[in-house]
Amino acid sequence: MSTILTVDDSSSIRMAIRIALSGAGHTVQEAGDGVQGLASAGNAKFDLIITDLNMPNMNGLEMIREIRKLPVQAGTPIIFLTTESDEGLKQQARAAGATGWLVKPFEPENLLRVVRKVLGQ
Amino acid sequence: MSGVGEGQDPVAAFRVEAADLLDGTEQALLDLTHDLGSRELIDTVFRGMHTLKGSGAMFGFDALAAFTHHCETAFDRVRKGLAPATQELVAVTLSAMDHMRALVEVQGQASGAGLAAAGIAAAGEAILAQLHAAIGDTAAPPPATTRDAATGNSDGGDAGEAQGGWRIAFRLPADAMANGTNPLILLDELRDLGEAEVVAQTGAIPPLDVLEAQECHLGWEVTLRGPATREAIEDVFIFVMDDMDLRLEPLTAAAPLAPPLPAAAQTPAETPAQTPADRPAQTPAQTLAETGPARAARATGESVRVPAERLDVLMDRVGELVIVQSRLAQLASGGINGPAGELALRSISEEVERLASELRDTTMVLRMVPIATLFGRFRRLVHDLARETGKVIELVTDGESTEIDKTVSERLADPIVHLIRNSCDHGLEPPEERVAAGKPAGGRLRLAAEQAGGEVLITIADDGRGIDRERVRAKAEANGLIQPGQVLADGELLQLIFQPGFSTAAQVTNLSGRGVGMDVVKRTIEALRGTIDVTSQPGRGSVMTLRIPLTLAIIEGLLVRVGEGKYVIPLAAVEECIELSLEDDIRSRGRSMIQLREQLVPFLRLRELFDTGTRPDAFQKIVVIATGGERVGLVVDQIIGSHQTVIKSMSCLHRGIPSFSGATILGDGGVALILDVVQLVALGQQQEERLRAAG
Repeated sequence: MSTILTVDDSSSIRMAIRIALSGAGHTVQEAGDGVQGLASAGNAKFDLIITDLNMPNMNGLEMIREIRKLPVQAGTPIIFLTTESDEGLKQQARAAGATGWLVKPFEPENLLRVVRKVLGQ
Repeated sequence: MSGVGEGQDPVAAFRVEAADLLDGTEQALLDLTHDLGSRELIDTVFRGMHTLKGSGAMFGFDALAAFTHHCETAFDRVRKGLAPATQELVAVTLSAMDHMRALVEVQGQASGAGLAAAGIAAAGEAILAQLHAAIGDTAAPPPATTRDAATGNSDGGDAGEAQGGWRIAFRLPADAMANGTNPLILLDELRDLGEAEVVAQTGAIPPLDVLEAQECHLGWEVTLRGPATREAIEDVFIFVMDDMDLRLEPLTAAAPLAPPLPAAAQTPAETPAQTPADRPAQTPAQTLAETGPARAARATGESVRVPAERLDVLMDRVGELVIVQSRLAQLASGGINGPAGELALRSISEEVERLASELRDTTMVLRMVPIATLFGRFRRLVHDLARETGKVIELVTDGESTEIDKTVSERLADPIVHLIRNSCDHGLEPPEERVAAGKPAGGRLRLAAEQAGGEVLITIADDGRGIDRERVRAKAEANGLIQPGQVLADGELLQLIFQPGFSTAAQVTNLSGRGVGMDVVKRTIEALRGTIDVTSQPGRGSVMTLRIPLTLAIIEGLLVRVGEGKYVIPLAAVEECIELSLEDDIRSRGRSMIQLREQLVPFLRLRELFDTGTRPDAFQKIVVIATGGERVGLVVDQIIGSHQTVIKSMSCLHRGIPSFSGATILGDGGVALILDVVQLVALGQQQEERLRAAG
């Protein structure tokens, strides 16, 4: 299946994402903030990146902008996690190069739906 | 960091994370009281709240998420410069942190706890009212973001369903592919909705010399036959909807083909088709998110966070063990032949011994946490105590990286809270009294930890007025703990404060409670096989010293034999071993005291104490043990040697027996009881007093 990077400063959210995705047969790599996420994205090609926006050290927006400059991740779909209250952030994330979003809190099946949708599986 | 014990349960992981977030945010808030303008601290607080809210809602902590939302909003306003950070705001947010802790707790309990929940809800509303007052936000609180807010709101749109199908014309923004949208996937999704005819429009492709390979200039017209709804089609495009051109027309027999789209993906607002503003407020992703709350089981298992490199070391050791095991299997199947075979066996045995000891050390370290997590809690306590008492108190900490067993750390929290309260309440003087005594107005409380051998030393020192000996004596006499006028060494006098029911506080205050305390503190520390000592200088302050063993699970012991039974004496308590000759034994009969370098030390004959019914060995030994400055000798028949002792607790039937603290299993499969040093020393002291009283 696919190799997916999840970037979130909340370890419980990362765990929830990992459990849902690995249950569907995907390989999941985790990063705890934007800096780590960008480093991972520079090291290996991912089929999909799922990221939080509000994180310490480097926020999700900045990370998405930087990842879009990496040739290795050309065209890699990036899904960001958002709450409805950050409507403005949502616009900014799309402008930064994000592919889609998932509203928090989410159920595992919705995460999988979005992943299937973006990966076309 | 990876989790041990949190396993595959994100809810348990969230609890750990929530506790960390709350602690971290609280530290930031406390720092903020000294530096109200710090953007970095305000950001840290905001982000802590944000994560707590988001993850809380994720794992069904709805009350927590709703409550935290208000605090997050408050700090968002501060962050954006719409409201100032004030001491009042920090103070009310600190009480909000306590409330959040309660909400995390309550969520885990059975639903029967409705009454408690109602009380908590009322407390929460009071805090929110203060919060809104502090932030100068008198407007009604905005609705909290919870699952509920994401539901509803699904108005069907205008032309819900078209009987025959749809004519769909769309054009993606030029950067869609670079940003991860694959048009082929979108077309596949449309095909899933019904029978589709797809026609690509190439009219907008620019000349080759200006064509960027990554850009998307194609448009598509799709004729979709079947009962698909408008929502279903829009759902296909949810992530690109706002930036793209999309026209949807119901398919009727006579409908003309939709006119080709203009090539201007850059100016979507000019197209007569739906612009972003026309879209219903509901975003499709909300539809994705709105299924009912499926809550994972809320196990409240304990967990420890372990740096990954420690697990790597453990893994290495296990790897080595597997290798040794295969060597052993090979040797066993080949038969142990001659000296070479024996040599091989001995080498394996040595290897296993080394690995066992390394595995023990590595595994023990897994349970270790820096004491900083424990000390961190006390900053808040001291902050609150200073406010309540009107004293100025500076907390200084030292040795925060000292590591300690997680269980020990948790069990130490309450006793240390009590000691800190005591220091702040009784020890440190009010500013005016300090100034009159020629001291700085602010009191100083020092909390320090260091590792010394197999123990951790924790000291709580204040520079207050010191313990008033006369009051201690008067109180002890009044309570009948000592005889009036009884001569006591200074150390003994101070130790009286640990007696049950002893309290020197002239009046019971909020802080120091009602005289339950120091004896409970002492008992708790002793239950951890630790000791507590106090020193105090009038006018200069007091120092409480806790000595706590690094771990509860394994101790170095001295294995001895008494009669036919074997016993373990914790090596940390052993001072020395001396021989008890037959003459000395007979001479000291009835007195049971031995002269040890000008000092008389009482001793206990374990053979008699345990009623073994055996005759003493010709060369008995006395093992001198000590706790907190008191010494007692234990007469044993034989000292076997030092022994790595894995402590097993006694069965519930035997737990009440005072002389033993546990049991262990010996190499030959036999059982040895572990002697309770504190109890035996106390017993020896009692015996001495009886003898003294008698003669």
